[in-house]
Amino acid sequence: MPKVIVDEARCKGCELCTAACARKCLVMSTTFSVTGYYPSVCCAPERCTGCGLCAQVCPDLAITVFKEEKAKK
Amino acid sequence: MLQVNRRPESLCDVKMHYCPGCGHGIAHRLVAESMDELGVRERTIGVAPVGCAVFADDYFNCDMIQGPHGRGPAIATGLKRCKPDCIVFSYQGDGDLASIGMAETIHSAGRGENITVIFINNAIYGMTGGQMAPTTLVGQKATTCPQGRDPLVNGYPMRICELLSQLDGTRYLERVSIHSAAHVIKAKRAVKKAFRCQIEGRGFSLVEILSTCPTNMGISPLDAVKFVSDQMVPQYPLGVFKDFEGGKSDVSRD
Repeated sequence: MPKVIVDEARCKGCELCTAACARKCLVMSTTFSVTGYYPSVCCAPERCTGCGLCAQVCPDLAITVFKEEKAKK
Repeated sequence: MLQVNRRPESLCDVKMHYCPGCGHGIAHRLVAESMDELGVRERTIGVAPVGCAVFADDYFNCDMIQGPHGRGPAIATGLKRCKPDCIVFSYQGDGDLASIGMAETIHSAGRGENITVIFINNAIYGMTGGQMAPTTLVGQKATTCPQGRDPLVNGYPMRICELLSQLDGTRYLERVSIHSAAHVIKAKRAVKKAFRCQIEGRGFSLVEILSTCPTNMGISPLDAVKFVSDQMVPQYPLGVFKDFEGGKSDVSRD
């Protein structure tokens, strides 16, 4: 299953990634981070396809996306 | 597990000082990724502007120099002529490039200097507090035109790519946007191609990136990207204005 890791200390809560995700996997946290922003969190990893579009629009490079390697045929 | 994205080597591992939702972070990443992919980081010199990106030397992991307001292309000209083997880019905002540094921009383009200019157009002054820029849209509010830009008093916004495309010295001009993930990916291709234009010794290249400034526009980051797509893109049409490879559509396949 693909994995989205949001670096809470870097995220400034701009919400751009929540709009970029076509499958609505990212939502804003209800608790604030060490820097005082509400960071985004991946609420539905089972829906994530690992496309990486959230990372493309993140201005603070706070998002790292992992996905499983395709089996070689 | 396969890591889909990673921080480019040309970008230092520090937290950026930009406001939430600011387009500078994305533009920095695109420049850094282009440097990495072309393998030119070790011989690249960047010119940081006056503006919010004045501390770009803290972020780019290459040689950097910080210039007086608007003088980026002039400094880049000197660097490139002294050290022709180096890759020189100037990173500038709209107040820096289109207002104070208009003369330097036009003349370095007219001379056909072999440099790359990354132009961040967010239609407002950022660092100084949201004043009207030459690129501010008609009707858009700023601290120096609180009722909205009135063409009878403040004139009309300037289109830099169209302006520079009249000059014979320019080799590659493209306007891109970063208001959606798809546009960010396209912007990356344009930035990389502008660097390639310089590496191949072809001449002046400029990429205009339509960006956001949620703080000084006084709107949320999500409304700011909507402002770019709904209002800025019609005023500043995206596309290739000059291409050293001739074709107008091959950029997407670069």
